[in-house]
Amino acid sequence: MNASNDAFVEFDRVQKSYDGETLVVKDLNLGIGKGEFLTMLGPSGSGKTTCLMMLAGFETATHGDIRLDGRPINSVPPHKRGIGMVFQNYALFPHMTVAENLAFPLQVRKMGKDEIETRVKRALDMVQMGDFGGRRPAQLSGGQQQRVAVARALVFDPELVLMDEPLGALDKQLREQMQFEIKHIHEQLGVTVVYVTHDQSEALTMSDRIAVFNDGRIQQLAPPPDLYERPENSFVAQFIGENNTLDATIAERDGEFVKVEFVDGSTGQALAVNCGGPGEKTRLSLRPERVTFAQPGEWGVAGKVKELIYLGDHIRVRMQVLGNNDFVVKVPNASRHATLSVGETASLSWVAEDCRALDAA
Amino acid sequence: MAEATANGDIAPDEHRSASGQLLAADGTPLKKSIRRSEARARLRAFLLVAPLLIFVLLSFIAPIADMLFRSVENEIVADTLPRTVEALDAWDPQTGPPPEPVYRAFYDDMLEATELKIHTRLGSRLNYEESGMSSLFRKTNERRLERFDLDQPLQPQFVDLDKDWGEVEPWAVIKTFAPRYTWGYFLQAADMRLTPGGVEMAPEFEQIYLKLFWRTILLSCTITLSCLLLGYPVAWLLSNLPARSANLLMILVLLPFWTSLLVRTSAWKVLLQEQGVINDILVYIGIVSDAGRLVMINNQTGTIIAMTHILLPFMVLPLYSVMKTIPPSYLRAAKSLGATDWTAFWRVYFPQSVPGIGAGAILVFILAIGYYITPELVGGTDGTFISNRIAFHISTSLNWGLAAALGSLLLILVLGLYWLYDRIVGIDNVKLG
Repeated sequence: MNASNDAFVEFDRVQKSYDGETLVVKDLNLGIGKGEFLTMLGPSGSGKTTCLMMLAGFETATHGDIRLDGRPINSVPPHKRGIGMVFQNYALFPHMTVAENLAFPLQVRKMGKDEIETRVKRALDMVQMGDFGGRRPAQLSGGQQQRVAVARALVFDPELVLMDEPLGALDKQLREQMQFEIKHIHEQLGVTVVYVTHDQSEALTMSDRIAVFNDGRIQQLAPPPDLYERPENSFVAQFIGENNTLDATIAERDGEFVKVEFVDGSTGQALAVNCGGPGEKTRLSLRPERVTFAQPGEWGVAGKVKELIYLGDHIRVRMQVLGNNDFVVKVPNASRHATLSVGETASLSWVAEDCRALDAA
Repeated sequence: MAEATANGDIAPDEHRSASGQLLAADGTPLKKSIRRSEARARLRAFLLVAPLLIFVLLSFIAPIADMLFRSVENEIVADTLPRTVEALDAWDPQTGPPPEPVYRAFYDDMLEATELKIHTRLGSRLNYEESGMSSLFRKTNERRLERFDLDQPLQPQFVDLDKDWGEVEPWAVIKTFAPRYTWGYFLQAADMRLTPGGVEMAPEFEQIYLKLFWRTILLSCTITLSCLLLGYPVAWLLSNLPARSANLLMILVLLPFWTSLLVRTSAWKVLLQEQGVINDILVYIGIVSDAGRLVMINNQTGTIIAMTHILLPFMVLPLYSVMKTIPPSYLRAAKSLGATDWTAFWRVYFPQSVPGIGAGAILVFILAIGYYITPELVGGTDGTFISNRIAFHISTSLNWGLAAALGSLLLILVLGLYWLYDRIVGIDNVKLG
């Protein structure tokens, strides 16, 4: 999706380079709607944090415009942008109490004492930290600090809040709990959130839309289900969720589908998503849970069982299929599931729509 | 209640003595077992420290203790004139010159003292209290005493030797300083004096030490403050630069450390003197006229400039090590919350750098207050410190008692300021790294 004119936050052909030789962010176009929860997801070094820092005003864009509510903010200093931000390590001021931390943005805005008190209390109550106003950040647990950091970023009623991997330092259980809390706060307040993470499950759980970053570009911008079920290129397919890949050559095109020829000469059908014409290489993407064992007489490819991992609700079968040693099939632990043993050969099958022919990169 | 729950948690295989002490498996008290099992480790730790400990004790602590003792020690009078001191015990200076038995005792004492040639030493000691005593004792030498006729009263013969012996004054001084321990040196160090009539302030023109102490404190504070003002931005830059440039800058900060103190101080002499580099440049540019060259050396300005330069690294290093631990995200957070650069610095960064300021300030101040070489070389007369006066009494006037008293006062002063600092800033807030 390209930057549209009614977007609340807009990146317009933004580029960023630190050393003048390589671009960290390459030609970024992104529009974020008001009240949206948008996640920038990507491996480290993909440019997602740089984008966030440019939006916050801590980095300057080398080229292009960043607009907030229609007005360019490239030359507006960070403290005048009115954007709330939650930092990776919370950045709670250690020499101030929780209440003083929350009062800080209100004091620099020269609010009255009574109003500050009311707002601080309201913000603390919102994150269920009402009783902790007098504590120092060091006296709080990681999850509590996280809540205070969120409250501080929201206490001055910004319309846009940026979160830079805010849950990275928490343990798994707490992280999942905080994901929901942040999501609920977002729904309650209707504030626009731009969230940076490298954790895909976090992105899938919380976001309205996810922008998958790699190599300084947005690879795909889509709502979570689309991203998982309809990846547009190999990187996204591989980065989001578990994925089986099969290398093949396109034999012929057939409407929405293509006929592909595998390395061993056998053929199959796939959905043409992002592939070239006949004769060109392609990489097929197939989710493990969409692979089934072929009924006798049905189309299928041969796979050899390499490893069985019992996971309770399902059994993970690692197989050798068409030269791929890490082809994974998930067999649900249903009452009459197929029993397999290592070394056995089985015939695998799938629906052509689930097998996406993507770029060969 | 807490006790009960704590006991409830104890596993059944733990042993306890009748008194409730925890016992080891073989029945000895657990605490004793721990002590025994860790005795070797403690012994090894002690042996590792022992050489340094002995060295410090012998070469540092003991001499200092000895010096401090000298500030109250006053055995010379009682040792040199034992009989006189005893005879003067009953004498009251109000009643006029002492009676004949005192002169008799004094004659015997002096005869012995002159033979050992220690009477002049006593003279110099008493001269600290009353000028003229040194020459009086020197005059009363062996040759003169031998000519005395012991069958005649001795008083007129002493008066004949020097008419001062007929006065009350010298005898009163001897009587006042007869005790083996005295506060006299400390009183002198505080511009007071012990006279036969009691403690009184020294005459106006002799009052220098209090002024000197005050000047030492004032100049040390000035130097500490200028070190802070000059060092803070440098430390900030150091802690925010990328590692490579920071290392280069750090070398520049440490460069003065690698040059001899004397060389640096002499360099300042070359720069600051009236015919020196700085004045020459100022005259050349035309900022000052040739007649109006600035006096920047051999006064307080010289001391402040040279010592600020020398002590600057002691401010920069603790500041740097503290600032290094302040994540840049705090400043960013403050700005994102709407604070201007200045507010972000003053309300968020500065309070967190206070431990570094505390450490640097206390380090520089304590070093400055006892500094000797630099004020000696560039301080002239009004830029010298109390330590210069102590050195003078140690090596020139040889009044070690007074030097010791001044040194003790300086030590007490530093400890007192340290205590004050602890009360105000809190010593836990000091962080060296």
